[in-house]
Amino acid sequence: MITMEEVHKVLGGRKILDGLSLEVEEGETLVILGRSGTGKSVTLRHIIGLLTPDQGRITVLGEEISAHRPEVLRRVRLKIGYLFQDGALLNWLNIADNIALPLRERKAHQEDLIQSRVEEVLSEVELDAHGLKFPSEISGGMRKRAGLARALVDHPSIVLHDEPTSGLDPISSNVINHLIKKLKGMGITQMVVTHDMSSAFDIADRIALLHEGKVRALGTPKEIQESTDPAVQQFIQGLVEGPLARELREEPDESEPQEESEAS
Amino acid sequence: MAGWIVALGAFLGRSADTTGYGLVLLSRTIASAPHLMSRRRIRDCLDLAYSYLTGSFVVTAVVALFTGMILALNSGLSLQELGQESLIGRIVAVSLIREMGPFMTALILTASIGSGIAAEIGTMKVSEEIDALRIMSISPVRFLILPRMVALTLVTPILTIYAGLIGILGGIFVSYFQLGVGWLAFRNDALEVLEFEDIRTGLIKSVVFGITIATVGCTQGLLTRGGATGVGQAARRAVVVTFLLVIIIGYYISWSFLT
Repeated sequence: MITMEEVHKVLGGRKILDGLSLEVEEGETLVILGRSGTGKSVTLRHIIGLLTPDQGRITVLGEEISAHRPEVLRRVRLKIGYLFQDGALLNWLNIADNIALPLRERKAHQEDLIQSRVEEVLSEVELDAHGLKFPSEISGGMRKRAGLARALVDHPSIVLHDEPTSGLDPISSNVINHLIKKLKGMGITQMVVTHDMSSAFDIADRIALLHEGKVRALGTPKEIQESTDPAVQQFIQGLVEGPLARELREEPDESEPQEESEAS
Repeated sequence: MAGWIVALGAFLGRSADTTGYGLVLLSRTIASAPHLMSRRRIRDCLDLAYSYLTGSFVVTAVVALFTGMILALNSGLSLQELGQESLIGRIVAVSLIREMGPFMTALILTASIGSGIAAEIGTMKVSEEIDALRIMSISPVRFLILPRMVALTLVTPILTIYAGLIGILGGIFVSYFQLGVGWLAFRNDALEVLEFEDIRTGLIKSVVFGITIATVGCTQGLLTRGGATGVGQAARRAVVVTFLLVIIIGYYISWSFLT
């Protein structure tokens, strides 16, 4: 369903992806782990077409998106939902209008159908009573759920989550994890970038550990837990000393590269 | 020395990049004008125009009133020395309608609305809202830039006329109470020289200034990098660049009409 073949990317003079290859099967939930700056979010941004690889090939839903053709991107994006770290809701719209936005802008449905779909997804993310509130009036966890509702409103086949539980208390994190598992039950293919180890082992079908722009380890949660690779063990145990400690790199400024102009 | 030259080269390169980006953005916004035909976009434009208008109404009135008063006082005292204070009407009216009204309004809108647009879009950029729009296949140009451009292009001429009228009122006030020139004498002198061409020049300038303020504000907003600091820098750059452009463009429009 999602294939990345030998993807290379340099951002701000730094090699972020260095021949990354990855495959996600239909209905699978793949969790991507790795230290800050190892290209986890960059990987998601390539899959949604916000970034173009310097080299390599990316195929999503059978369409090659690495060629960055606008009509292909548009077609593919209609089938993908994306949950941003902070929800990325528009501040001047209330939660219900934020969720309805993609449907209204695409003029895909009649207004009454849009409203009933919005109510449906609000209920799925347990925000039924908060549709008329503005993003500034709700908590971080609720904003993430609202962002997830917006990602789900147009029945996507794929949902990409960028750190869905970062900055949340354990209960709010579990609510998000529960929603991700619920989507898995609905057969939606998902990729989740996270630093939250318990969340990763809870929701993943498979886990990929990125290191130096490549997949260092890939396997089921059990395989990852039992891995003899010292880098994997260092990461999952959060050890200061180990092969990953040598690479103290800063998170790249991912807002810098703007290959797809906002003017498009 | 070499470092200085490199820094200058880098500055010129960045400026050229930004100018190119702004021109592309403007051309794409103009090309997306047919999307204004949707009821939702028209409502967005009118909502923004209303908020820009109400947000600048009072400050424009105060600035225009005192500008008209200062202009009348300075010119009037000089004219009085020559016994020509009856000519005060033409000086105040023509200056305000053709030159100062559009400039004044543009500078007020740059500081209040242009910087606000840069900060608003810049914040959306750093909080990934622009990316979210693109992912939802919603064009930021149609959804964000076009309504702001249209709203500001509508509001600027309205506020320019308003500023001109308020400024003239200030001029009349000073002429009457401090220079002893009656309202009728002021009006007759102003109408004697004020031509349709003056009003047209002022309105053309105001439309061009409106487009300039919106384009620079949106460009700086979309080019924002980093967090809160980046947003602040975008707003500051929007004000500085628009001030410079308004002065330069204003001069060339005046020059083209006068020659």
